[in-house]
Amino acid sequence: MNTVLDWIAYACLVIGALLSLSAGVALMRFPDLLSRMHAATKPQVLGLLLVLLGCALRLRDAVDVTTLLLVAVFQMATAPVAAHMIGRAAYRAGQARADLLVVDDLADVADPANRR
Amino acid sequence: MTRGRWRDRCVAALGLTLIWVLLWGSFTPLTFIGGLLVAVVVLIVFPLPPVTYAGRIHPVGLLRFGLRFVYDLVIASAQVVVLAFRFGHTPGSAIVAVSLRAPSDLGLTLTAEALSLVPGSLIVDADRERGVLYVHVLGVSSALEADRFRGDVLDLERRIIQAFGSAAERRVISSGAPS
Repeated sequence: MNTVLDWIAYACLVIGALLSLSAGVALMRFPDLLSRMHAATKPQVLGLLLVLLGCALRLRDAVDVTTLLLVAVFQMATAPVAAHMIGRAAYRAGQARADLLVVDDLADVADPANRR
Repeated sequence: MTRGRWRDRCVAALGLTLIWVLLWGSFTPLTFIGGLLVAVVVLIVFPLPPVTYAGRIHPVGLLRFGLRFVYDLVIASAQVVVLAFRFGHTPGSAIVAVSLRAPSDLGLTLTAEALSLVPGSLIVDADRERGVLYVHVLGVSSALEADRFRGDVLDLERRIIQAFGSAAERRVISSGAPS
């Protein structure tokens, strides 16, 4: 039983690490700031959850597992807020590359902050 | 102060106490009482803005939302990984405006949070008065795909309302045209 749990834990840790690696690659490769925000904030959500799950399966200790649970909860509560604030600031500062957008509904809105 | 406000404060105090106990990692009378004291002090010093919550939690809807969320998370993560390793290809993207059908503060926030956690979609701006979310979508190459994404967001909103929504919100969702 413990061996099976260990192997699941190893699989979770490796997949989580690979997802984080792909986030790094995407961060280098994606063309503009908004696209990079996807890579910078998201793949870790699943990657981190898998790493935490792997740790929890390996440690199997109530004190450690509750701490890991809190890490997951706070990461999932705060990551979208950070991503939204940076994305919003970038768009308003004119950092979004219009040539990459096939649809831009926000450009039509008479937003007081965008009015020049 | 109304009764609902007191109920909200009690829920907030219990939630903070739970986090405190989880941080200590063990449930003892000392951690519980200590956590409760800290929670009351925090709530007095930093009072929360009133949140109007008229709904209740529906277990079946919550389970369906949770399972679908995990599924979306895995699929979308894989898509972003594929995009990251497709060399020589620049992913297109779009900013799509989505008008939610039953925009309450809580519904708008939950939809935005769930949308932001799934890779490939990012909230650029939100209009609270009109209940409109402006979502940046990655890996979109035509206006048709952007339209399809709008339908996905409305489906997500429907699942969230079926999990957390009030009776009035559920009526709006079920009477609306299927997207």
